[in-house]
Amino acid sequence: MNVNGVSHTVNMTDENTPLLWVVRDVLDLKGTKFGCGKAACGACTLHVDGEAVRSCSYAIKFAEGKNITTIEGLGNEENPHPVQQAWIEEVVPQCGYCQPGFMMATAALLDMVPNPTDEDIDKNIINVCRCATYYRMRKAIHRAAALKSEKQPTETQSS
Amino acid sequence: MKAKITFILPFLFTAGIILAINIKPNPGEYQPIIYESGNSSEAKEAFDKMMDVLTHERCMNCHPNDNVPKQGEDSHPHYFDMARGENNMGFQATKCTTCHQKENNNYSGVPGAPHWSLAPAAMGWQGLSRTEIAQKLLNKETNGGKNHAELIKHMTEDELVLWAWEPGVDANGTPRELPPVSKAEFKTAVELWFENGAVIPSK
Repeated sequence: MNVNGVSHTVNMTDENTPLLWVVRDVLDLKGTKFGCGKAACGACTLHVDGEAVRSCSYAIKFAEGKNITTIEGLGNEENPHPVQQAWIEEVVPQCGYCQPGFMMATAALLDMVPNPTDEDIDKNIINVCRCATYYRMRKAIHRAAALKSEKQPTETQSS
Repeated sequence: MKAKITFILPFLFTAGIILAINIKPNPGEYQPIIYESGNSSEAKEAFDKMMDVLTHERCMNCHPNDNVPKQGEDSHPHYFDMARGENNMGFQATKCTTCHQKENNNYSGVPGAPHWSLAPAAMGWQGLSRTEIAQKLLNKETNGGKNHAELIKHMTEDELVLWAWEPGVDANGTPRELPPVSKAEFKTAVELWFENGAVIPSK
């Protein structure tokens, strides 16, 4: 499988090992978090072929040949993804544990709905934050949408 | 000639009266006439078995009438306000497949099967009687245009339908309840009911 643009071959004794285990413990990418282990809280959200997936409930056998993107692959300090940039601008995190999952879910939403309404956010961003940073996240999601739309015309012009 | 008729008519009248008084019909000897199409008792039994399955939570939880999938043996609304969405598979970015994969995940307790989704809104069954469910099932306007052969195929071969007998475990590791009729019996019942004309019993 391809993780954040890098090809990896992993051999697992148990083909039903959750993708989250492989990402964190085999590939040592600790940004994706374990929350509930029941696909309920969303802390483990990452992208599989561009779709948001709860990786604690995604058997590694299904990841074969797929493109996986984790929070580490979304952007970096020099070139943050609009969602990461917006999260910084709005100072969203409190404890921060669940935030990578929220950011991955938001990035997937913006790919599908470039300018989400509050209703779109309510329907699609259903992860759980025990610090209740929902209000700041909502602002950040709208900000990320604006940042992304500002960025895209530039990319189009340059291409 | 006229005298003969005058004699015969009173005789016949009297004889008729005597016979009517002495030979009374016995109601206990009557046999009710039952109109049967095929083997109706067998078909009725097949209908009941089929409906025992269709009205079980394993089927009914994904045939809601309020666009909200249900979960568990108590059919509570799906957590986190997940709902039908535009194509029966959730919302734009958070879909059924965000959590539900092609097969059950026994580590997380998340159920899964190929093309995991809600039944179309037209096939909402919750709150309906067995008769009403059967009417929806047979109506091409509500069943996705399926004829009897296609319905039999859907009900006896579709992997998502048959998931009901392989529902895996819940989030606590407890096996989910199976429908009250075995998979083999259900398939036979479906085939038998359709073979007998898919008659919906009146009671």
